Amino acid sequence: MGRFWLGATGVFMAGLLFTGAVDNEFYFFSGYVILQGLIMATAWNILGGFTGYVNFGSAGFFAVGAYISVALHQALALPLPFLILASGMVCGLMGLATGYLTLRLKGIYFAISTLAMAIVLETVITNWEYVGGASGAYILTPKDSLFFASYVELLFMVMLIIAIAAVAFARYLSTSRTGKGLTAIRDDELAAECMGVPTLRLKLVSATAMGVFMGMAGAPFPFFITFVDPLSAFSLFIAVNAIAMPLIGGTKVWYGPVIGALILGLTQEITTVTISSELNLLIVGVVLIGFITLAPGGIVGLVQDFSRKRLRSKAAPSAGGDR
Amino acid sequence: MFSGELFFNAIVSGLLIGGFYAAVALGLSITFGCLEIVNIAHPTFVIFGSYVTYILNVNFGLDPILAGLVFVPAFFVLGMFLYRFYYASFERAGQESLNGLAFFFGLMFTVEVLLILVYGVDYRLVSAPYIGQTWHLGYIDFPLRQTVPFVVGTAMTIGVYLFLSKTFLGRAIKAVSQDRLALQLMGADPIRVKQYAMGIAIATAAVAGSLLIILGPVEPSQGRLYIGRVFAMVVLGGMGSVSGTLIAALLIGVIESFVATFYGPSWAPAVSFGLLFITLALRPQGMFGRA
Repeated sequence: MGRFWLGATGVFMAGLLFTGAVDNEFYFFSGYVILQGLIMATAWNILGGFTGYVNFGSAGFFAVGAYISVALHQALALPLPFLILASGMVCGLMGLATGYLTLRLKGIYFAISTLAMAIVLETVITNWEYVGGASGAYILTPKDSLFFASYVELLFMVMLIIAIAAVAFARYLSTSRTGKGLTAIRDDELAAECMGVPTLRLKLVSATAMGVFMGMAGAPFPFFITFVDPLSAFSLFIAVNAIAMPLIGGTKVWYGPVIGALILGLTQEITTVTISSELNLLIVGVVLIGFITLAPGGIVGLVQDFSRKRLRSKAAPSAGGDR
Repeated sequence: MFSGELFFNAIVSGLLIGGFYAAVALGLSITFGCLEIVNIAHPTFVIFGSYVTYILNVNFGLDPILAGLVFVPAFFVLGMFLYRFYYASFERAGQESLNGLAFFFGLMFTVEVLLILVYGVDYRLVSAPYIGQTWHLGYIDFPLRQTVPFVVGTAMTIGVYLFLSKTFLGRAIKAVSQDRLALQLMGADPIRVKQYAMGIAIATAAVAGSLLIILGPVEPSQGRLYIGRVFAMVVLGGMGSVSGTLIAALLIGVIESFVATFYGPSWAPAVSFGLLFITLALRPQGMFGRA
């Protein structure tokens, strides 16, 4: 408790103040995109970073979340919170299935099969006529935006709440006993199993959590862009961001993806406005490759290395050289 | 409802496409199957090959296949450099699993975006006298734009198969993943062997790229569709077995062609991915692989 929740409350209040004080909708559109990246990065990291199972199918979970939301909106006209919960549940089940997949598929085979899963899902949704199929579906923005000035401000706050929930859960996972088990699986699954770590149960927990938050990140998406088609929902860019953000921030701690998402997200929003959206994609790719090759620990790893070096040089100022 | 004409045309068309698929999967069969390098960017190199073919064809009127062959040495050197970089950054440190994978993912994305930046998202195509012609044998069609890639793709695959099984370097490439130490005792440097192998793998992408753009118009993001296909073929064919990859490629070509003919083309992409999924989950060593 304590500092984290104080900080979370502070962020939430700041968000509320922001919606009250700022009128320009552009900031909320940008904020929404950054928060969407943050949620997906955090979700990806629970399975990819903590547990060591690389998932290339993030966009698949995201898109299923978005389409569940479209389908339920068309069929029952449920309000947004229910859509988010339903998407979270469906994608959580998908995540659970992915978790069982890890029984047979390790390492690269798991990664490739998640890539395959995303394409299969895309094909299924392209052929699902009820939600628009290949030609896409239009969603009318609801008139009622509670006490916010516009609907995008409401969506922004919704994403902020999901983001806080996702980060809080990731933090809880990584600091608890479960998190230690996940780290053990990442480092050596066989050894962990031999030491009595319940590997299957932990992998299922982490895969399900990944699915839940990916789905929740996708559920408000149709209302945000008002027109969804398979191309926009399954965009490679969304999948790349979900992987690039944790890798740039640092995958071993819960705040790594948050740092990566904020830095990369802000950079993207700024380059999209000032230069061009294609160049912004190029920057993501180059920065991602740069970090993977030069600083595999991400920003968090860089900072840790730096402070460790300083400590060492302080501890032995007269000895000189190493140790 | 059963139509023999439709049925046999679906088989022939599937086999023709399958021969081309083999050319795309060939490089990955070497990198992934023999070197254990998960180059998910391989299809992107094929697209890159299509674009260099396009440039030579449009500017100098060079035949597409000749254009692909012209770029084989350049792609070979590119592949060698890529391996050197990969080795220095990941393999030496034992970091290849997660970081190597993410590296190729980033590479795939970056090359794709670069192509979009330079050429846009428009479809590009080449011209050659044989594109657009069709031979007929009874009621079976042999469109040359599929037949030429089939012939060249199959020939290249058989050529690489012979190279791998008959020459010293070829055998060394096959050996490097099995027993590194034994290879060293035979007087071969594993790093150099892998470097040549990666060069050959990327060089095949230049030819496969020229075949791809003969087959139909190309745009930068097309490579992604091939990721599942090529991995399906390599895994199904039994990791690193070139002959197995060829058979798997022909098989997937035929199944896809059937699905496209009888259920509609929009379901075709799911075939190879579904097949890959099932293979990975049920028989990871592939159809012809060693257990």
